[in-house]
Amino acid sequence: MQPDTTAVLRQRHVPGSLDRVGASFGFWAFQYRRTWRGTVVSSVLTPVLFLAAMGIGLGTLVDDGGRLDGAYLLFLAPGLLAATAMQTAGFESMYPVMGAIKWVRTYHAMLATPLGVSDILLGHLLWVVFRVTSSAAIYLAVIALFGAVASPMALLALPAATLCGMAYAAPIFAFSSGYEKPSGFAALERFVIVPMFLFSGTFFPVSQLPDVLQPVAYATPLWHGVELCRALVAGTQTLADALLHIGYLSLWIVAGVTAAMFFFRRRLESTG
Amino acid sequence: MSVPESRRQLSVPVATVEVVDDSLDAAFIHARGLTKRFGEFTAVDGIDVDVARGEAFGFLGPNGAGKSSTMRMIGCVSPPTEGTLRILGMDPGADGPAIRARLGVVPQQDTLDTELSVRENLLIYGRYFGMSRAAVRAKTDELLDFVQLTDRAKDKVEPLSGGMKRRLTIARSLINDPDILLLDEPTTGLDPQARHSLWDRLFRLKQRGVTLVLTTHYMDEAEQLCDRLVVMDKGRFAAEGSPRELIATYSTREVLELRFGPDEDNNVYADKVEGLVDRVEVLPDRLLLYTDDGDGTTAAVYQRGLLPVSTLVRRSTLEDVFLRLTGRTLVD
Repeated sequence: MQPDTTAVLRQRHVPGSLDRVGASFGFWAFQYRRTWRGTVVSSVLTPVLFLAAMGIGLGTLVDDGGRLDGAYLLFLAPGLLAATAMQTAGFESMYPVMGAIKWVRTYHAMLATPLGVSDILLGHLLWVVFRVTSSAAIYLAVIALFGAVASPMALLALPAATLCGMAYAAPIFAFSSGYEKPSGFAALERFVIVPMFLFSGTFFPVSQLPDVLQPVAYATPLWHGVELCRALVAGTQTLADALLHIGYLSLWIVAGVTAAMFFFRRRLESTG
Repeated sequence: MSVPESRRQLSVPVATVEVVDDSLDAAFIHARGLTKRFGEFTAVDGIDVDVARGEAFGFLGPNGAGKSSTMRMIGCVSPPTEGTLRILGMDPGADGPAIRARLGVVPQQDTLDTELSVRENLLIYGRYFGMSRAAVRAKTDELLDFVQLTDRAKDKVEPLSGGMKRRLTIARSLINDPDILLLDEPTTGLDPQARHSLWDRLFRLKQRGVTLVLTTHYMDEAEQLCDRLVVMDKGRFAAEGSPRELIATYSTREVLELRFGPDEDNNVYADKVEGLVDRVEVLPDRLLLYTDDGDGTTAAVYQRGLLPVSTLVRRSTLEDVFLRLTGRTLVD
């Protein structure tokens, strides 16, 4: 390198906030190049296995019972779309966030550059939007191949699934950044994610639950995501219901992002 | 504004242009009453700092003295609890991204992505500064050469030695041609050879006019690199000056180190040498006698009938300054 004693005179490029969020997103995309194959395989395989075993295998028994209006596969498939969006969002919002704070320290590296805490958070959340949407798109395609899509309105189930996933991702970001040890993740998985997966209307209508538990199920974001996806895939969604579900899921996203912003600041600005 | 070709060699294509006046006489770093509290604990207690352009400035102090908290405020990551802070004439609260665009940061703990290659670590980092891919690639080659890691460019970071990782971190911190380079404990945990290699790189940067701000608890590092330094203890400055000035003010020209047997009580010997010099420090394993004439004092010790196991006359260092100011040693 040449002697350079006129450093101050150099012109400077200061990336604007869109560029900064983009650079944060860009890191996760760059890293994804190493692991994308595995995630694509599991994004295809999971719905195939679930729909074959439960939609068709178990579904035959359920259909024989004659308690549902249509085939069980049609009931189950869109519910699984929303539930899988939740799981993908959860997976992307736990260890990667803690790792970026504690282990790999990616966030700290970014903070030494023009990127600020909000750029880092928003870029990473956008990355989760991408992951949830792309895996949900694969899921939707598999559902279509299984013949479980009744209406072109089903295309709208894709943003609906993303909305459902992000209603989990945002608060989980807050949780992950406020937590010291990864042991909390096992508890979150066991006591929150899995029970919701099983009891929020994915596999059977919430009306089958004991009366006292029904309001709990209705309060979960997943139930709203499941209802939204199910009615969209079936082509029976009404605007009023859709707005209610979208509004409720958005509320979780806004509250989650606000909380995550608070915990990210507290964590990243005070400790090295 | 046109920039002479010779000055543009290390620059990158720009979109937003911000030009700083060459006649900027204000300090590159200017702090008054800078304070950082964490709850009840005061990490930095109202310090005043001015660092001029091109200066190499050091914070010397033991662990927990508030050095890193100060650096994190200067790095515009951690907002001050109280006080005024201006970096390159700008306010960290309002202009954080613009300031950080002109800083290079070598953190105490590595933040390299060990799963990525050496080259990829630089490429991804340059993108955070909004540099084009082509500009980052060109700069990366130049920097890998500067830190002598060209032949490891394609290797993963994980298996690199500690010294190589530090050199890579320094290369990364230079990707944006920073006006100020912040180094927090740059050589802690490295072996002597790696430290000297790193100092050599930093010295070259200093010669090139990069303003260096570093923290260290190694006196030799401070003496090697700093034009001016502050001795920091419990969040405050205990003294300020060039290494030479500090030694002249707070210590004597020479130090006589006396070691007696391992089972001897050094306090007893401290009484026996009383009157020979103005100041005696009692350490667990030795006595330090502060004197302007080491050999003369040595002779006087023997004249008193004392028989130390070993004697050593050496020049005063910043370690002695620190001991004088705080009553404690820098490195345990």
